[in-house]
Amino acid sequence: MSRLTSCFERLAGEKRAAFVTFVTACDPTFDASMEIVRGLPRAGADIIELGMPFTDPSADGPAIDKAAQRALKAGGNMQRTLEIVREFRKTDDSTPMVLMGYFNPIYAYGTEKFCADAAAAGVDGLIIVDLPPEEDEELRLPANAAGIDVIRLATPTSDDARLPTVLDGASGFVYYVAVAGVTGGKSATADDIESAVMRIKSHTDLPVAVGFGIRTPEQAEAIARVADGAVVGSAIVSLIESGLDDSHMPKSGMVKDVLDFTGKLAEGVRAGTKG
Amino acid sequence: MSLNSYRTGPDEKGHFGKFGGRYVSETLMPLVHQVEKAYRDAIKDPDYLAELDELNRQYIGRPNPLYYAERLTEHLGGAKIYMKREDLNHTGAHKINHAIGQVLLAKRMGKTRVIAETGAGQHGVATATVAARFGLECTVFMGAVDIERQKPNVFRMKLLGAEVKPVTSGSATLKDAMNDALRDWVTNVHDTFYIIGTVAGPHPYPMLVRDFQSIIGRETREQLQAQEGRLPDSLVACVGGGSNAMGLFHPFLDDPDVKMYAVEASGHGLDTDKHAASIAGGTPGVLHGNRTYLLQNADGQITEAHSISAGLDYPGIGPEHVWLHEAGRVNYVSATDDEALEAFQLLCRTEGIIPALESSHALAQVMRMAPDLPKDHIIVMNLSGRGDKDIFTVADALGAEI
Repeated sequence: MSRLTSCFERLAGEKRAAFVTFVTACDPTFDASMEIVRGLPRAGADIIELGMPFTDPSADGPAIDKAAQRALKAGGNMQRTLEIVREFRKTDDSTPMVLMGYFNPIYAYGTEKFCADAAAAGVDGLIIVDLPPEEDEELRLPANAAGIDVIRLATPTSDDARLPTVLDGASGFVYYVAVAGVTGGKSATADDIESAVMRIKSHTDLPVAVGFGIRTPEQAEAIARVADGAVVGSAIVSLIESGLDDSHMPKSGMVKDVLDFTGKLAEGVRAGTKG
Repeated sequence: MSLNSYRTGPDEKGHFGKFGGRYVSETLMPLVHQVEKAYRDAIKDPDYLAELDELNRQYIGRPNPLYYAERLTEHLGGAKIYMKREDLNHTGAHKINHAIGQVLLAKRMGKTRVIAETGAGQHGVATATVAARFGLECTVFMGAVDIERQKPNVFRMKLLGAEVKPVTSGSATLKDAMNDALRDWVTNVHDTFYIIGTVAGPHPYPMLVRDFQSIIGRETREQLQAQEGRLPDSLVACVGGGSNAMGLFHPFLDDPDVKMYAVEASGHGLDTDKHAASIAGGTPGVLHGNRTYLLQNADGQITEAHSISAGLDYPGIGPEHVWLHEAGRVNYVSATDDEALEAFQLLCRTEGIIPALESSHALAQVMRMAPDLPKDHIIVMNLSGRGDKDIFTVADALGAEI
């Protein structure tokens, strides 16, 4: 059984949602990023999404865009991203690790080679925001063959006519993008999210995790009540930014602040126990 | 795609060979499908076509002349040179051709707001113009660097009622403006139409922008037939994203005796890292909704383009161009900043026409090839825009004070 599947099954048994955290690989430096990623499971993260830095993240808002630019400046690239996963796996063989980003760096790396190297490093899933179902076969087939799930995105614009296309070929879980917009923008209401999640669930047995616009432990709790997972990205990444000095190096206590905040969000998710 | 014709692309999924496609976030996919459907319906609707035709004639001023550049021809001493005068269009460049077509689509789809990215400002001005003409709200994204070097166009857009949003991310030029336009579009899908300024982006944009621009080639064909009774021997146009080149070339692609030269901006030179030549110096990749050739490093990170001409300063090119390059139908060549500057000045003095710096790249290629060609060889160059917007940049490059 894949790490993603066993994670969601275990949490279903505990009647609670998965807490999914996003940070960008090598933001603000390789070492600090490594320290954060290592600390996330202890802070309560059930699944880690690791952003692959890209110069032109056109689906992301300012917080994650800036994180990508910081990571690139610090020497971040696809090799270093996979190195973080490999290092992480030396001490943690159970927390699912999902890489998130854009297709071009994967294409430049060589799609088949990337899938093989990512699987060997211990990657469980891929979320590639600019590869809609119509275009994702060239990645999905080699990824699936290597044992990696390609996570599909459903959005407020995915009506009942569109959903079957989104779900055909989906595996791992479904990522529901709660608002039409970029990361770190507006928040949707829990009611709107609940009805969207129910609608998606009427089309699939896969777990549905919800992201975009979740910033506080209270919001995380509300989402955890109605979905199988709550994703927080920009709010965590913004704390990394505010923990940097003028020369973009981490101030002492930055990693601790990030992990403390992550812990509070995790408590929120855990408070959102179902029934 | 059958090689009996170069004019059948894209396929139903928007691919030109392996290029093109629809590489956008899932939120935008339903909308991208709607734009395609609206376009396919519109071009079968006689009312839409009649309105477009009327606006082309009475608002843009088409057909514009196919002008015989007599003094330039004498000066270069070889081929007979004609210029398609897109610089005489309302707003001063070819960009209005696709802006009019797209704003009519936006209206048809019930959208109340349009957005656009712009480099030189020509597409932004064209979009602001048609938005004003049809009473739509308009936001134009423009790199902060470009705002600085294209001040007259920024003020023009504001006069036309558009909001100009400075883009400071990345290199603060055209590619970053396109990122911000995509970010706005995904946030405002319900009421906003994205008027893309070149033959790039997700399908159907490369196709529909090409179709709206093809009026350039269709008129050229008719006008040259009337003036010379035959087809041209060579067509020359500049390429950044490639909309004016595509518009001139497309109606001639299946005429095997018509040679085509697309001129990329090689900036400080192809052997430097300061150029904007995606075909000569790029590799295949995926950006801004399509697979095409991009300027990028080995890690797939997009690198900054450079050209003295803001309108060519883009690290990619339309996917159909890449397909035509790989098929060998169009010759992709390049001209440097210095060559474009020399061409700019030559046209001012020989013909009394101030060309856009973009179009000056095409002229640099004409200057290179015309002297060695026989006098009965007919070259048609696309004079894609007027150069008034560039006089500050040119003054700066020539060390003159205004």
